[in-house]
Amino acid sequence: MSDTTTGQGGPVSAGGVMLAADGRPLKQSLARAQRRQRLRAFLLVAPLLAFVLIAFVAPIADMLFRSVENEIVPETLPRTVAELRRWDERSGSLPPQEVFVAMARDLQLAETRKLHTRVGQRLNYEYTGVSSLFRKTGRRLSRMGRELKQAFVGLDPAWGEPATWVELIGAPDWREAQAAWAARRARAGADAGPEPLFRADPAIAALLPQTADFYAAFARAIQTEDGDSPTEEAPWPLVYDALYRDLSGGADLSRHTGPHADLLRAAAAAVPGFPPVSIRDEMLKVDDGWGDVAMWQTIKAYSGRFTNGYFLAALDMKKTPDGIAMVEENRRIYLMLFWRTLLLSVGITLATLVLGYPVAWLLANLPARHANLLLILVLLPFWTSLLVRTSAWKVLLQQQGVINDLLVWIGLISDDARLVMINNQTGTIIAMTHILLPFMVLPLYSVMKTIPPSYLRAAKSLGATNWTAFWRVYFPLSVPGIGAGAILVFILSIGYYITPELVGGTSGIFISNRIAYHISISLNWGLAAALGSILLFAVLILYWTYDRIVGIDNVKLG
Amino acid sequence: MTPRKTAFAAMAGAGILAATAAMAQQMANTMTLVSWGGAYQNSQNQAYAIPYRAMHPEVEVVWDESSAEAVAKLRAMNEAGNITWDLVDVVAADAIRLCDEGLAMEIDHDEVLAPAPDGTPASEDFGELIVSDCFIPQIVFSTTFGYRTDVKEWGGKVPTSVCDVFDLKTFPGKRSLEKRPIGNLEWALICDGVPIEEVYDVLETEEGIKRAFAKLDTIRDQVIWWTAGAQTPQLLADGEVVIGSTYNGRLYAAIVEQKQPIAMLWDWQMFDLDGWIIPAGLPEDRLARVLDFVRFATDTQRLADQAKYISYGPARKSSAPLVPEHMKPHMPTDPANAKHTFLFNYEWWADYRDDLDARFQAWLAQ
Repeated sequence: MSDTTTGQGGPVSAGGVMLAADGRPLKQSLARAQRRQRLRAFLLVAPLLAFVLIAFVAPIADMLFRSVENEIVPETLPRTVAELRRWDERSGSLPPQEVFVAMARDLQLAETRKLHTRVGQRLNYEYTGVSSLFRKTGRRLSRMGRELKQAFVGLDPAWGEPATWVELIGAPDWREAQAAWAARRARAGADAGPEPLFRADPAIAALLPQTADFYAAFARAIQTEDGDSPTEEAPWPLVYDALYRDLSGGADLSRHTGPHADLLRAAAAAVPGFPPVSIRDEMLKVDDGWGDVAMWQTIKAYSGRFTNGYFLAALDMKKTPDGIAMVEENRRIYLMLFWRTLLLSVGITLATLVLGYPVAWLLANLPARHANLLLILVLLPFWTSLLVRTSAWKVLLQQQGVINDLLVWIGLISDDARLVMINNQTGTIIAMTHILLPFMVLPLYSVMKTIPPSYLRAAKSLGATNWTAFWRVYFPLSVPGIGAGAILVFILSIGYYITPELVGGTSGIFISNRIAYHISISLNWGLAAALGSILLFAVLILYWTYDRIVGIDNVKLG
Repeated sequence: MTPRKTAFAAMAGAGILAATAAMAQQMANTMTLVSWGGAYQNSQNQAYAIPYRAMHPEVEVVWDESSAEAVAKLRAMNEAGNITWDLVDVVAADAIRLCDEGLAMEIDHDEVLAPAPDGTPASEDFGELIVSDCFIPQIVFSTTFGYRTDVKEWGGKVPTSVCDVFDLKTFPGKRSLEKRPIGNLEWALICDGVPIEEVYDVLETEEGIKRAFAKLDTIRDQVIWWTAGAQTPQLLADGEVVIGSTYNGRLYAAIVEQKQPIAMLWDWQMFDLDGWIIPAGLPEDRLARVLDFVRFATDTQRLADQAKYISYGPARKSSAPLVPEHMKPHMPTDPANAKHTFLFNYEWWADYRDDLDARFQAWLAQ
């Protein structure tokens, strides 16, 4: 090969590779140019992509996640959840003492962190009464185990001192850090920052597991929630109960040499003489709701990190100890609402098509001057507030409204037989058909505009009747517009809720009204998310079916 | 500049100019108040915010009409870690919930609120209306019935008892009721012969619930269900319904201000409370401003002033004598109107609302 230029190409190198004007291989140079172009194109769409990711994909992912997440139960009641695993929920008997103790400790911590009513509300969705049970018990926990505290303090007043506990349970390195922090704070005041977070001594945790665990939780809770220091606050009575349980459980103190070893040994010797305290009895005394086996079964059933409970509820089902079952007849509502939402949306789509098709045809075929006027009339509802349009329909349709008045006046109906056209399905269909009509007319119009009128003339000159010419020639050409309009209207109407809420009464409301209720009134965001997810999947399935039957490339917006 | 930035700038400026006058509390100059919109918010603006601004012209008051979704929004703000509201008007049930969840600030009522003019501490002046440590009561309102005074079919009779709502023979015509179980189930049981003190016990039983729904069944075909307080007055004014429940202040506006042929039926009105909560975790300067405002806005005179603009009863005992004479007959707490009343049971409904609401919706859909 020689180093000559060939006709249209660039120079060719010794290796037979085409070179660009700057002497690089043409392939590389081309790829670079294309890469730059792709990058430029990407940068152009980047703002939209970022927007879609932030404003659309992320919230939907969050919603899908909320519909299955149940972290609040295992996170707020970790000890109870662990203990409940060992309880056989089908035995029909109440959980053992350990579960009640764990529940009391968890609730005490939750109360300090102001989470006990949140978790109560969560469980109340599944079992009525848990909400107030947790709330009421939360208020009384600080008195549970009082007798034991008195007994310990009576034995040795040191047990009432916060310092005793800190020295007994705190890890040596934490105590050093804490002392350093206290000295710093004495010098610098608030600038010293927060107290180092409490850590329990692993040695004592092995010896007195319950006490160390619960005291550490107590210390951290008052540090983070109240801004207090464990060096200044005596522990809750329930901590004394934990110590009592550890000691009477036979903790082997003989080789313990840590701080306050003698104090502990003295307590261990005295514990058998302490008044017996049953947390279970105390909780039952606060509220006999704790004696309800079904409630404990519910807590156990909803103790996982994730739950299908919201999805079950969204399909009118619930968990029972014997598996999944439908809820009682008089509580079923969501399946019916899903079904109604789909049916009414199909109805509204058909109504907009029947009404919109002739209008679009007129728009496409009238002389420009008239067509523009008509287009403005079609667009007018777009420029009016949704609420105004909906309220206008109320004025028109109600029993003492304009249409009924007119019908009575011309004598078509009698005064006491006025038509009921609002606060029911009729109202929803009429109002939504009107509101969504432009979404059908505009795609139809833009497609019809592209159908050359000569096609119809050709058909007729070949002998077709008006109908045949329309049905065999014009209509097939307008199908992409119908597809686009129908998808737009259907998907919009399936998620509508303001209009059904205002004019739908009881028979014309949609599933979205329930979603809105659970988001803003009952605050059951999990159930709202599950309902929303099901709606999303239903739409995706319909879209997929549409694609298989009609083909999505058959949809044209213009 | 955002309120917070303004506040920081103000603080920084003050720091440079007057380093010695350090401990004088810095107050933010904007304040976002959240309320319900409409005539009620207007009464608050007239009675509290405008006089306050007359005293502190540098303060800008922003109103937000989000009280209906206050709990949901405060939760979301808390999750996002950015509280943009300074003072929120909520019903008592929401205040209890927000307080339990730590979303509202607990206050010492005697310290934060002004005493009555005779020196009675605020906690005594408000008395049992302080239903939560976070709740600063403002008004007592009621959900009650209004009826049209010109219904020919009634032959001159007027309803005098809440049970006339269930009497389609004597008082034919459509009714409007709120689309939620609260209130309706209580009225249904009262009219089915259950004494008021047993209503909630009965509602805890399956037969009791069935009984309440059976009573509601007798009028179901004749009911238009409302979701916004303004709907009943409109339906009454249009003649769409002949009798309907709503908040008493809304009926007052229709009767007195719009001169509609409507009258009040006070029998077994359901009392509820409305008041302020301060969101937890406000920065210090904004908190200082809000505390200053709320002390002013809930004193004896200001609460009585609000009653000039809307017919809700002031929450302080000491405000009652100051309510203008012509407003007294419209107050839900007026002895002539308050012969039969009940306070809806917050705790009970907190437990049963989810379940009964599902049943109520299923019943509506039947």
